[in-house]
Amino acid sequence: MLEARNLSVEFASRGRRARAVDGVNLAVGAGEIVALVGESGCGKTTLARTLLGLEKPAGGEVFYDGKPLSYKARELKAYRRRVQLVLQDPTGSLNPRQTVYEAVAEGPRIHKLPDEEKVVADALSRAGLRPPERFFLRYPHELSGGQRQRVVIAGALALNPDVLIADEPVASLDASVRGEILALLLRLRDDLGLSALVVTHDLGLAWNIADRVAVMYLGRIVESGPTEQVLQSPQHPYTKALLSVLPESPEKIVLTGEPPDPTRIPSGCRFHPRCQVVFGDCRTVPLQILPAAETQQAACHLLKLDG
Amino acid sequence: MSVTWTRRKRSLLRFWADYRGHKAGVVGLAVLLVAVLLALIAPLFIDAGVTNVVRGTGEKLAPPSWDAPLGTDESGRSVLLMVWWGSRTSLLIGFLAALLSMVIGTVLGIVAGHFRGWIGAVVLRVTDWFLVLPSLVTALVLAAILGGSTTTIIVAIGVTSWPSTARLIRAQTLAVEARPYIERSTALGGGHWHITTRHVLPNVAPLLLASTTLEVASAIVTESTLAFLGISANKTSWGTMLRGSYDWGAATSGAWWYILVPGLCIVTVVMAFTLCGRALETVLNPRLRSAR
Amino acid sequence: MSLLELDDVSVTYRIAGGEVPAVRGVSLALNAGEALGIVGESGSGKSSLAMAILRLLPRDARTGGRILLDGDDVLTMTWGRLRAVRWAEASIVFQGAQHGLNPVRRIGEQIAEPLLVHKLAGPEKARRRVAELLDQVGLPAWRAKSYPHELSGGQRQRVMIAMALACEPRLIIADEPTTALDVMVQAQVLTLIKELVAAEDIALLMISHDLSVLADLCDRLAVMYAGRVVETGPSGGAFAHPYSRALSAAFPTIGDPASRLAPKGLGGDPPDPAELPSGCVFHPRCPVALESCSTVNIDLRPAGDRRTAACVLVGEEV
Repeated sequence: MLEARNLSVEFASRGRRARAVDGVNLAVGAGEIVALVGESGCGKTTLARTLLGLEKPAGGEVFYDGKPLSYKARELKAYRRRVQLVLQDPTGSLNPRQTVYEAVAEGPRIHKLPDEEKVVADALSRAGLRPPERFFLRYPHELSGGQRQRVVIAGALALNPDVLIADEPVASLDASVRGEILALLLRLRDDLGLSALVVTHDLGLAWNIADRVAVMYLGRIVESGPTEQVLQSPQHPYTKALLSVLPESPEKIVLTGEPPDPTRIPSGCRFHPRCQVVFGDCRTVPLQILPAAETQQAACHLLKLDG
Repeated sequence: MSVTWTRRKRSLLRFWADYRGHKAGVVGLAVLLVAVLLALIAPLFIDAGVTNVVRGTGEKLAPPSWDAPLGTDESGRSVLLMVWWGSRTSLLIGFLAALLSMVIGTVLGIVAGHFRGWIGAVVLRVTDWFLVLPSLVTALVLAAILGGSTTTIIVAIGVTSWPSTARLIRAQTLAVEARPYIERSTALGGGHWHITTRHVLPNVAPLLLASTTLEVASAIVTESTLAFLGISANKTSWGTMLRGSYDWGAATSGAWWYILVPGLCIVTVVMAFTLCGRALETVLNPRLRSAR
Repeated sequence: MSLLELDDVSVTYRIAGGEVPAVRGVSLALNAGEALGIVGESGSGKSSLAMAILRLLPRDARTGGRILLDGDDVLTMTWGRLRAVRWAEASIVFQGAQHGLNPVRRIGEQIAEPLLVHKLAGPEKARRRVAELLDQVGLPAWRAKSYPHELSGGQRQRVMIAMALACEPRLIIADEPTTALDVMVQAQVLTLIKELVAAEDIALLMISHDLSVLADLCDRLAVMYAGRVVETGPSGGAFAHPYSRALSAAFPTIGDPASRLAPKGLGGDPPDPAELPSGCVFHPRCPVALESCSTVNIDLRPAGDRRTAACVLVGEEV
């Protein structure tokens, strides 16, 4: 349904070119929840923004419903009815001078949808704010963090989209509230057939709600596949390390060094400077870009040896 | 939508409660209201005739007396009546020039802040260029070229005083556009017009109100300065009165009332506008408010 | 005697129109060489509690009860004594490593500052001590010459830890030390804290909203909700209080089929400290609340295996 083909995005960073996204294939099917996992600076947020058309790719294309995304203002506006965004910080995502009603009605007003009040009321109740009329005239600062995030989600739902792209949707919420918001995403998928791409650093969250997981490192997907397989029998050393630092895991693989710098991508396998099982080929031979496949796959030289 | 109206009323009341906490602001507002009211009702009692040289009936440069409570000028006209009538021109020029400057400054400021590409860069350079121009000299030249009418003076002041407003609005626009709700709005499909009018403008409006109030004060001062330097609309204003007092050597001949009265009028009104502006700034700027 | 003993500590903020209780009657004890974790959500009072221990709260806060550090009550101490305590006996690591460092001074100078100010060392000895501290937190000695902006977030947090260690304190209070950091860097910093605590016999009071981080690092846990401790016990064991259970369910174990495609959370929101519910403050959100919960408040009571919990159901089970 929503697909990135060979997508790359570049920034100018302190005079150097940074490839924040460097060749990514990723597909989100209808009614599917995909978790995009990685550390900060790995390019996951940039990838999400590019899928939304907020950023123009330097190479590759975004496909929606089999058609490449056009960056002409009118077509982009039509696209935005289909693919919607939920940001990490619900407090910042809402204009403090607008009431809940105005915030949710913003999308319908932009797209001139009929029956504005009914659309808003429906969206709010679908996002779990019931009865919706009670929330219409509240201001964001009068709501709790969880309620604010529901308002943001309602604002996206008001356009009746097919895909929701959520960037760390619960990272700034309290732990006890988090589960409810995630359950809401799952319910929206079940009731409305809504697909979602959830960008997160939290593997537990992926386990909670995602059908598939894609692990990103320095602008590339290094491993992807069904959640159970990727998280329970990871293939890539980076995925293994990420899983191993979780509190319950018995044996920790703590990677040394800092998150890498997209202006200086290492030669060969881009993970080799921090990899715990590095060998000859890793330093020099670049890896193929992973295709957008359903099954489990990882970009690592070791796997080729086994195969 | 009556509920929305209640909300608005409530927030207006809250604003008034906050504003009332600033004594200086309340005093300024009271002075302003009196000044504006007097200027508005002037035609009910007097007419432009009081500034007519021919109709000057009193003694020339007479000190305050029962007939002319604030003395007379070189043609025997009552200073009190002239100041009253002149307030109309001074305040009109002050308000309209500030309005013009605010409109130019807001539009260019938002454009410079919103469009990050070459458009923004060009607007910013133009703003900087106007900022370093000595605005009084520019206004003098402009008024001299365009000829003397009230409109000319307003344009001359408005066109030279907008850059600081533009700078302020640009900075505020940048701050607002860094907020995530702008990104959310873009993702909802909002275009440039939507984002600038629905999100940026409401957020800069309070700041704008405060800065415009201060701008009126400075426009009144500029008008007086221009008049004093000889550029005026040939209508009596506080500035032209000062000019007259200078021309007729009021200071050397001891006619203190001729200098002091229009001078005090300018100081009082400008002070009142400044007090209001500062109070508005404190009440409307959330950052200053939280620091309290 | 415990190194740190909190006895019925309360913190109340005075605000316009009344008082808001942030911490309500907390009693805890921490021994040398022990790590105690305090977990709670925003507004649970955990940070106010941490700040109260070194009297770092703003002026409009009032602290009650007793805070005994080595038998001395921090709350009644003279300012001179308090200052001595703050640099020599207990130090605090805040979450914002970005803001805790002065951006225009080299980090070596900043680490050495307390040593030089209190004349614990001359310039030469201080320089050696800085190198030693940097080594302890896993940074090369030449980093002393760097400015904060030249370091990554994880490195800055290491510098903050080095600063906390400079005067060899016996107690370290860490308030969300890893919150802003990435998973991998967080793991590095946590491993470091763990090693230091074990090697130096330091008592650690660690405060976090992230139960999984604390469970890994601390020997004992205290769970706070709306200003009270609702449960204490060894980390690792099963929780007794329904709030603690809900909290721990919010951090799923990967591979656990029960949490797969079934995120768990609590309905409602943490209560407003200015308008606390009656009875047990947790009852409006409690999945197993009884009728009596809305009227009767329960104090901490034994719940087996060195565990206490403030829940009416706990007494019945034991």
